[in-house]
Amino acid sequence: MSDQPKIELRNVSKAFGSNHVLRDVSFSVTPGESMTVIGGSGSGKSVMLKCILGLMDVDGGQIFVDGADVCAMKQADRDDVRTKFGMLFQGGALFDSLPVWRNVTFALTSGRYRNSGEMRKVALDNLERVGLGEEVLELRPSELSGGMQKRVALARAIAPRPEIIFFDEPTTGLDPIRTDVINRLILELVRDLGITALTITHDMGSVEKISDRVAMLYDGRIIWSGPVGDLRRSGDVHVDQFVMGHADGPIA
Amino acid sequence: MSNTAAPNPVILFFAAIGRPVIAAFAAIGHVTLFALHTIRKALTPPWYPLRLFEQMFQIGWASLPVVALTAIFTGAALAQQIYTGGSRFNAQSTVPAIVVIAMVRELGPVLVGLMVAGRVSSAMAAEIGTMRVTEQIDAMVTLRTDPYRYLIAPRLFASVITLPILVCIANVIGIFGGYLLSIYKLGFNPANYLTMTADILEFDDIMMSLVKAAVFGFFIALSGCYAGLTTRGGAAGVGRATTNAVVGAFILILLSNLIVTLTAFG
Repeated sequence: MSDQPKIELRNVSKAFGSNHVLRDVSFSVTPGESMTVIGGSGSGKSVMLKCILGLMDVDGGQIFVDGADVCAMKQADRDDVRTKFGMLFQGGALFDSLPVWRNVTFALTSGRYRNSGEMRKVALDNLERVGLGEEVLELRPSELSGGMQKRVALARAIAPRPEIIFFDEPTTGLDPIRTDVINRLILELVRDLGITALTITHDMGSVEKISDRVAMLYDGRIIWSGPVGDLRRSGDVHVDQFVMGHADGPIA
Repeated sequence: MSNTAAPNPVILFFAAIGRPVIAAFAAIGHVTLFALHTIRKALTPPWYPLRLFEQMFQIGWASLPVVALTAIFTGAALAQQIYTGGSRFNAQSTVPAIVVIAMVRELGPVLVGLMVAGRVSSAMAAEIGTMRVTEQIDAMVTLRTDPYRYLIAPRLFASVITLPILVCIANVIGIFGGYLLSIYKLGFNPANYLTMTADILEFDDIMMSLVKAAVFGFFIALSGCYAGLTTRGGAAGVGRATTNAVVGAFILILLSNLIVTLTAFG
């Protein structure tokens, strides 16, 4: 495994007006690692992912992908770097106007109608990986249940075989069995395909199942990070309260 | 005891005026940059011709019924108004000439522009705004597709291409509305009416109509796409974007109509 981190954040800060969402956030993810960031709702986890993807500009600090400072890049170069990423959005973010197969193959066709027969096969291959079949190929996202939408979104994220995948609350809204299917898939992607994964989630069961390392974001800062095995003996009262799910504690 | 001085009412008055003025200039700047950015992106591949045709169908074909109804009723009402007004100084015979000039130069483009703005700007803002708040736009970027090329440019160009076609159709239907009323109610001779219409209509009138239509088409799509892409705040935000798109398009159409008219005849 290379010593160079796949992703590295150095003192990244981001504010919306007087609301400082990220304050000097620093951490790194090594190639092939599954890192999970936990933290309360509104703690800035999704903003952090969007900053790494270049969907939002940072106010300060640096973000490195494969050693290259993406914040200092021109837009065209940043677009090239973005091809390394796949992302599963919290709500799925499927395109309402397109059938499932075109959603799944969108990155491969850049949204154009081409090689329909071949693209249907590619879509089906990826859908089967997330436990869906041919019957959903022609359906619209509005005709799917919430859980199925999530799985289609996951199939769409992995279809272009990215080097890095971000999972934004991948198991929210899924039943325990489907949650396990998604967790296993994330593990499979990381271990079998060597994909680097960065997940943000509240689901502690998923955290302990899919993560190599965990970091906790609180008050805009990474207050703890370490191997997942150390999560329950972190010695940090904020982490303990969050992991145990206690209403009483320093986190309001 | 607090030593904070009471706000000066004069300052407060100018601040109350200044804030919206500054906001208006900022908005003009943002919309201008948005338009230039879209045009710059649209000039380089990848292009989406199928998306362009889809949008031309949505904007053009789907707007035809409302445009046709607006034109025929307006043309007929215009003929009656000119006849009644003209009778005060024995100028009833000017009905064909004034109907054709008014329809082609002014009413055709403006009414079509306003009707299409109400139908299309709002739909664009609602669709793109919903995509924005449900993170579909962000998803598109992560899926290696530029939203400006995929969503905005086809709408902008489709609107600029389609509006002149719609206005041509509306002009013909509007003139036909005036013709029908003049023949069957006001007692005009059909052959004379058509001859007068053809004699008075000049190439410049048609060009002005088409130029106005293209400009209005640009502003209709620009207003709808800008409002949609800058939507914030869930369903309420989409509602605000829709309203802003229509109001913005109406103002831009009426303002640009005046500017084009003054530029041509001022």
